[in-house]
Amino acid sequence: MSHLLDRLNFLSSKELDRFSDGHGQTTRENRDWEDTYRNRWRHDKIVRSTHGVNCTGSCSWKIYVKSGIVTWETQQTDYPRTRPDLPNHEPRGCARGASYSWYLYSANRVKNPLIRGRLLKVWRRMRETMSPIAAWTAIQNDPVLRNGYVETRGKGGFVRASWDEATEITAAANAYTAKTYGPDRVFGFSPIPAMSMISYAAGSRYLSLLGGVCMSFYDWYCDLPPASPMTWGEQTDVPESADWYNAGYLLLWGSNVPQTRTPDAHFYTEARYRGTKSAVICPDYSEAAKFGDVWLNAKQGTDAALAMAFGHVILREFHLDRQSEYFTDYCRKYSDFPMLVRIEEKDGQLVPGRFLRADDLTGKLGEKNNPEWKTVAWDRTSGGLVSPNGAIGYRWGEAGKWNLETRAAEADTDLSMSFVLEEDHDDVVGIDFPYFGADATETFSTGDKRPNILTKNVPVKKIKIGRKTEMVATVFDLFCANYGLDRGLGGDWVATKYSDDVPGTPTWAEKITGVSADKIAHVARDFALNAEKTNGKSMIIIGAAMNHWYHMDMNYRGVINMLVMCGCVGQSGGGWAHYVGQEKLRPQTGWLPLAFALDWGRPPRHMNSTSAWYAHTDQWRYETLTAGEILSPTAPEGDWDVSMIDYNIRAERMGWLPSAPQLKTNPLEVAKAAKAAGKEIPAYVAEQLKSGELEMSCEDPDAPENWPRNLFVWRSNLLGSSGKGHEYFLKHLLGTDHGVMGKDLGEEGGQLPKEAKWHSDAPRGKLDLLVTIDFRMSTTAVYSDIVLPTASWYEKNDLNTSDMHPFIHPLQAAVDPAYESKSDWEIFKAIARKFQEVAPEILGKETDIVALPILHDTPGELAQDQVKDWKKGECDLIPGKTAPNYIPVERDYPALYDRFVALGPLMDKLGNGGKGISWKTDHEVQHLRDLNGVWEDGPAKGCAKIVTDIDATEVVLMLAPETNGEVAVKAWEALSAITGREHAHLALPKEDEKIRFRDIAAQPRKIISSPTWSGLESEKVCYNAGYTNVHELIPWRTLTGRQQLYQDHLWMRAFGEGFMSYRPPVDLKTITKDVQDAGDSLVLNFITPHQKWGIHSTYSDNLLMLTLNRGGPVVWLSEVDAKSVGIVDNDWIELYNVNGALTARAVVSQRIKEGTTFMYHAQEKIVNTPGSEKTGNRGGIHNSVTRAVLKPTHMIGGYAQQSYGFNYYGTVGSNRDEFVVVRKMKNVDWLDEEATGKEA
Amino acid sequence: MHNFLFGIYPYIALSVLIIGSIARYDRDPFTWKTSSSQMLRRKQLIWGSILFHVGVLVIFFGHLVGLLTPIWVFDAIGVSHGAKQLLAVVAGGIAGAMALIGGLMLFHRRWTDPRIRVTSSFADTAILLLLLAQLVLGLGTIYVSLQHLDGHEMTLFMSWAQGIFTFDGQAASYIEHAALIFKLHLFLGLTIFLVFPFTRLVHILSGFGAPIRYLFNRPGYQIVRSRKRRHPAE
Repeated sequence: MSHLLDRLNFLSSKELDRFSDGHGQTTRENRDWEDTYRNRWRHDKIVRSTHGVNCTGSCSWKIYVKSGIVTWETQQTDYPRTRPDLPNHEPRGCARGASYSWYLYSANRVKNPLIRGRLLKVWRRMRETMSPIAAWTAIQNDPVLRNGYVETRGKGGFVRASWDEATEITAAANAYTAKTYGPDRVFGFSPIPAMSMISYAAGSRYLSLLGGVCMSFYDWYCDLPPASPMTWGEQTDVPESADWYNAGYLLLWGSNVPQTRTPDAHFYTEARYRGTKSAVICPDYSEAAKFGDVWLNAKQGTDAALAMAFGHVILREFHLDRQSEYFTDYCRKYSDFPMLVRIEEKDGQLVPGRFLRADDLTGKLGEKNNPEWKTVAWDRTSGGLVSPNGAIGYRWGEAGKWNLETRAAEADTDLSMSFVLEEDHDDVVGIDFPYFGADATETFSTGDKRPNILTKNVPVKKIKIGRKTEMVATVFDLFCANYGLDRGLGGDWVATKYSDDVPGTPTWAEKITGVSADKIAHVARDFALNAEKTNGKSMIIIGAAMNHWYHMDMNYRGVINMLVMCGCVGQSGGGWAHYVGQEKLRPQTGWLPLAFALDWGRPPRHMNSTSAWYAHTDQWRYETLTAGEILSPTAPEGDWDVSMIDYNIRAERMGWLPSAPQLKTNPLEVAKAAKAAGKEIPAYVAEQLKSGELEMSCEDPDAPENWPRNLFVWRSNLLGSSGKGHEYFLKHLLGTDHGVMGKDLGEEGGQLPKEAKWHSDAPRGKLDLLVTIDFRMSTTAVYSDIVLPTASWYEKNDLNTSDMHPFIHPLQAAVDPAYESKSDWEIFKAIARKFQEVAPEILGKETDIVALPILHDTPGELAQDQVKDWKKGECDLIPGKTAPNYIPVERDYPALYDRFVALGPLMDKLGNGGKGISWKTDHEVQHLRDLNGVWEDGPAKGCAKIVTDIDATEVVLMLAPETNGEVAVKAWEALSAITGREHAHLALPKEDEKIRFRDIAAQPRKIISSPTWSGLESEKVCYNAGYTNVHELIPWRTLTGRQQLYQDHLWMRAFGEGFMSYRPPVDLKTITKDVQDAGDSLVLNFITPHQKWGIHSTYSDNLLMLTLNRGGPVVWLSEVDAKSVGIVDNDWIELYNVNGALTARAVVSQRIKEGTTFMYHAQEKIVNTPGSEKTGNRGGIHNSVTRAVLKPTHMIGGYAQQSYGFNYYGTVGSNRDEFVVVRKMKNVDWLDEEATGKEA
Repeated sequence: MHNFLFGIYPYIALSVLIIGSIARYDRDPFTWKTSSSQMLRRKQLIWGSILFHVGVLVIFFGHLVGLLTPIWVFDAIGVSHGAKQLLAVVAGGIAGAMALIGGLMLFHRRWTDPRIRVTSSFADTAILLLLLAQLVLGLGTIYVSLQHLDGHEMTLFMSWAQGIFTFDGQAASYIEHAALIFKLHLFLGLTIFLVFPFTRLVHILSGFGAPIRYLFNRPGYQIVRSRKRRHPAE
C-alpha cells in the first residue's frame, strides 16, 4: 500500500529463515519495486521488421511497441537452422542497427510535407488564377521567379504544406517537363532495391510509366567492380558469409569485416576456431587486422603490385616448376587459359591481339552460327584447332552446345594450355607488354626508370589465317610472360628467382608496396597450398576499398587471377567474396516487372549514373585527366587523343552506354513526326540522326533542352553521401552556393573536348524541381525544393534480402507512419493519382521513343565484334547493332495511376525472365488475380490489383523463381534448352513451395535455387558464386564462356588492360599553385572508408552514434603527419583542393599510415560542421574534395560480357586517387547568422 | 513576529520535513538518492566529501546532544555550563571548519566543472549554498559565545529546543534576547528542515537507516527473497 508502511513491520514476526549457519537468510521485504524494472521491458507487441539500409547485414529484428509507440528493437533469433557442422546464422544485428528507433520520434524526423517557402509563395499566387500546369509553366518561364527559389537551395526557408499541394506541384512539374522537353528529363535516383524492394519499386514504377529515367547506383557508388562482369559476365556474385566457415584459408583484402560486416563477423571468428588460416591486407591497423595470422600493411593504392607478386609465386610453384594436377585441370576447363590469341604486328613489334575466332579460319571449323563469336583452342586429342563448347556464339541462335563439357563439335577434347614444350611451339618471339610502374606520381614513385614497353619471349604456333601465316599463343603462355616468369625461353624482363627485381616478382612488389618479399612469397604459397589440398577452399574477402581507385580493375583482376589459378572460384569455401552494398536482390526476376512497369510497356529507361552526373553536374568541364596519360604505349592506331566525355559520347552513340536525356528533341514529338512521315520509328530516327536533323543529347549536355529538369531522390542521401563532386552538384545542377575553387577548361585554356559542345558560360541551376522523399532531414533534403515525409523502416511493409545470407524476410509496419508520413508506395500512388488528374490538360495517349543500348544477356550482345563508329562513316547506323535501338513505347498519361495499381497485360502476353532466359508466367498472373483481386472496369480491366504494399510484395514473390518453386522449375528448364543439360533437378524438390508475405512475416525463409544466380540454395552446400558454372557446367556469360582473364576488346588493349598489371594511382592535379595557400604544406592521400559510427553507410546523424563518436565530422590523421604541422587530437582542421573544402575535427591515431588521411564517408554536414575558411561556406562533406573521373574501358559495349546492364556494367565513380591539403583552422565560424538575399 | 519565527515556524518546518519525506518516499521512491556526481569527476570529491561529511556529522550530533539533553542531566553528572560551552565551542569550531572547507571544495567543484554544473539541479546547488551559509553563521556564533563564557545563554537555547519538543507555548520567549546571529542561525536551520524533503538531503534518513541496521541486526551474507505471495494461502 505504502512503501513506508510496508517497512514499518515492527509488530510482525521477526523470525526469518536462516540457513548455512546463519550466513544466509530469507527476507519478506516488499517486492513491488521489482515491477518498475519489469514494466520497463513490458510491451504490447513485437513485430518483425528490418532496417531498409544498404547494409549487407539484412538482419531480422524484433520491434517492440508499447502504447502505440515503437520503444526499442532487439535481434531476431529464429532464422532457419543450418546443417550439422555449420554454425547457425544468428545472432545477426549490431548495436548500430539497434539505435535506429531513435529516428522515429527524433527532432530530425520529417513530419509534414515541406516546400521551399519562395516556391510555395509564387505557386499559391499563380494558382489563384491558373491551373496547376499553367502555374508551373508561368513560374518556369519567368527567370526571376525561377531563380528566386533555385538560388536559396540549401539555405533553409521551408514551410509546411499539405500533401495535396506538394503532390500537385510535383505532378504539374512532371507533366510540364514531359510535354516541353520529354519525359526523359524526369530523373529518379534511389539505390539498392534489395534493402526495401517495394519502396524502390514504387518510385521506379511511377517513373517507368511516365517514361522517366531510373538512375543506377552500384556503379556510381563505385561498389560495382567492373572486373567481375569482365571476367565472369556477372555483375557480382559472392558466397554467403556462412561459407567463410568452409574455407581453409581466408585472405581479407581491404575488407574490415568486424567493423563493416558486423553481423557476419562471427563466421570469421568461428572459422578461426575451426583452424582456418588467415592473412589480412590493409594499409591501416584496422579492426580486422587483429584476426589475421599475419597483417600485410601494403601502401594504399598499390594492391595490384602485391597481387601480381602473389600470382608470380603461385605460377612459379604450382603451375611451372611443379604442376598441381587440380589447378591445371581446373584452369583448362574453367578458364580461358587454353584459348588462342592472335599476335598482331604494330610498327615491327608484336603485341597480343584479338582472340582467334572460328570465323578467322578457312572453313570456320564448320561453324555456321556466329563463328565470329566462337573462340578457338588447340586440341591435343585431335592435334588441331577446335572451337570448344561454351563460347558465347553457342549461346544465341542454336541450342545444346552452350555448356562447359570438354567437347567441341560433338567430340571429346583435351585442350592445350601451353606451347612451351619443345615439340609444341613453332617459334619463340618477343612480344610487347605495356609497363606502367614507372608512371607513378611522387607519392607512389619508387624511382622506377624502366621503359614503358617490356618485350618478353613467348612460345607461339603458326597457323594459316586466310592466305597469311599468323602467330597465335595461348592465354596461359602470354599470362606467364606478363607476370614476368622465366620459363627457360630466354629474353629480358623475366625472373627465375623471387629476389630478382623484375616486374612481377616479390622483390619488385616489396619496393612498391612496402611488404617484404618473404611475406609475399609465404602468404602466396600458403594460400595456394591450401587450395591445392582442399580443391579450392581458399577465399579472398574484399570490400570495395580497392575498387575505389581509378585503376580498380587491375587490383580486382589481380585478385581474381589468383583465385582462378588456384581453382577456387565455384568451390564451396573458396572464391571471390566481394561485399559492398546489398546488391543482391534475390527475387530479382519477380521484382523487375513491378519495379520497371514491364507489365505495361518495355523497355524502361535506365541510365548509368556516373556518366549522367559527370555530364549534368558539369564535372567534365573541369577534367584534368587526359586519355593520353592512361593510354597504353602499345595501343593500336586510332583516334585516342580525346577527352573522357568524348569517349562517353562515342559509347552512347555506338549503343554501348545508355543516354539520359536521349535526344535533344522531345521523343514524344519525334514519334509524332515519324508518324506524320509514315515511317517506322527506328528507321526514322536512324535517318534523322544520320542527316543531323536529330541530335543525341549527350553531345551537348549544357544545352537547356538537355538538362535534367526534375529529380526525385528517395531512399537515398545523394547530396550528403554518394555525390562525388558534391560542390559541382551544388554549382551546376542546383545553382546555389558552392565551394568549387578550380577553373574549368575554358578558363584554364586547357584542351577542350572534341565531340562535346562547349558553352563558354556554364549553366547554373539545371534542375527545375528537386523532390526528396525521406524520413529524416538529411543533407539532400536540406537542398531540395520539396521534402516529402516517408514511413520509417518500422512503419511500412516491404521485402529485404542480402548476399550475406540466403533468407528473404520482411519490413513490417509495427506502427502506423508517424505524423503525416506515408509509405513510399503510398507517396508515389498519391503523386500518380495527382498526375492523372492534372496531366490530361496537355498530355494524352502518347508514343514515346526509348533509346535502348545493346544489352548484356540478350542476343544483341553479339553486336560489335569490331569497333565501328557510324558517325565517322565506318559503318551504317543500324539501330540495335551499331547504335542504340529506338523502340516505341505507348504511354497512357491519363491512366497513369490506373496502370500503377494494376498488373498489366504484358506479363500474360510476353512472359517473364532474366539473364538471357525466359518463361511463360500466365499461371502466376492468374494466381495473383485470385489473390489480390481484379479490377472490374477502367483502363486496367481484368488486371490483378496492386493496391497496397502487401499486394506489391505478393507480385514479387509470386513471379520470382527464388520464391515460387513452380517458376524455378520452369526457369531451370528454360536454361536446359540452351545448355543441352538437365538442370531442373536443382529445383524439383521445392516445386510446390510458394513463399508468401505472411510466411516470411512468421519466419525468414530460405530462397529456392534459380538459374539467374550462379550458386545453389541447398541443404548440402552454402551459397557460393560460380558453383553452378563449375558443378553444372553452365558457361560463364563471357565471350569465351569461361572465366576470362584476357580481355581482347580493342579499347581494353588500347588502354593496356588486356592483361592485369600494376597501374599506379593517377594524377588528378587537384592541388594547384592557385588553390594552395602559402604555408600549407601537408598534402595527404584522401581515403573515405566505411564508417564505424553510423547505421551502415548512411545514418550518422543519430544521437546515439554521435555520442559514441565525437558528435560531428572527423578526419583521421597519422601521428607523424599531425605533428609535422602542429595538429593535435580534436583540433578543428580543414581539408581542401580545387574541388572544394571540408571541415572536421582531427582524430590523431597510430592506426593511420603516414601519407594518408581517412574520412569516414557520409558524415552529414548538417551536424556540428563549421564554415570553411577557404570557401566561406559550411564545411562540406567528404565528397566536397572529390570529383568523378571516367575511365574509357568501362564504357565498352556491344561485346559479349562487356555489354551494358543496369547496375551491371558501365562507368564507375572512383575517388581514392585524390589528394588534399590539410591544415589547422584558425577561426571556427559556425555561420549562425540569418541567410540574406532578396525575395522575388 | 519573534513568536511566529521561533514558536510556530519550527512546527511548520518539522511538519513539512516529516510529511514531505513520507510523501516523497511513497510517491517517488526512485528519486530518494544522494545524486552523487562521483561518476562525472572524482577529483576534489574525496577530500571535499569526507571533510564535509565528518564535520557535519560531528556538528549534527553535537547539536542533537547539546540541545536536547535535559539540563539536569549535565548538572547531575557535574558538567558545568561553562565547560559544556567550551566543549561545544572547541568541538563545534573544529568540525565546523572541516565542514566549511569540505563544503567550499564541493561547491567549487560543482560550480566550475562544466559537466557537473549542467547536470546539477537548482536544488542541488541551492542546498549546498544554504548549508555553507549555515556553517558560516554557526562559526560566527563562536565569536559571540566567547564574549560570555558562563554558559547561560546556551541553556536558554536548550530550553527553547526542548520547549519546542515538549509543546511549551513559551518556548520562543526564552531566546527573545539572544544575539541576532543566533537567531539567524536558528532560522536558517529551521529553513533547512523545511526544504529537506525537496532536496538530496533525504539521503540522510537512509544514511542513518541502513548502516545502523547493520550494527544491531546483521543480515546474512546471502539474502534470499521469499516467493512473492500475491494471494494469501487459503
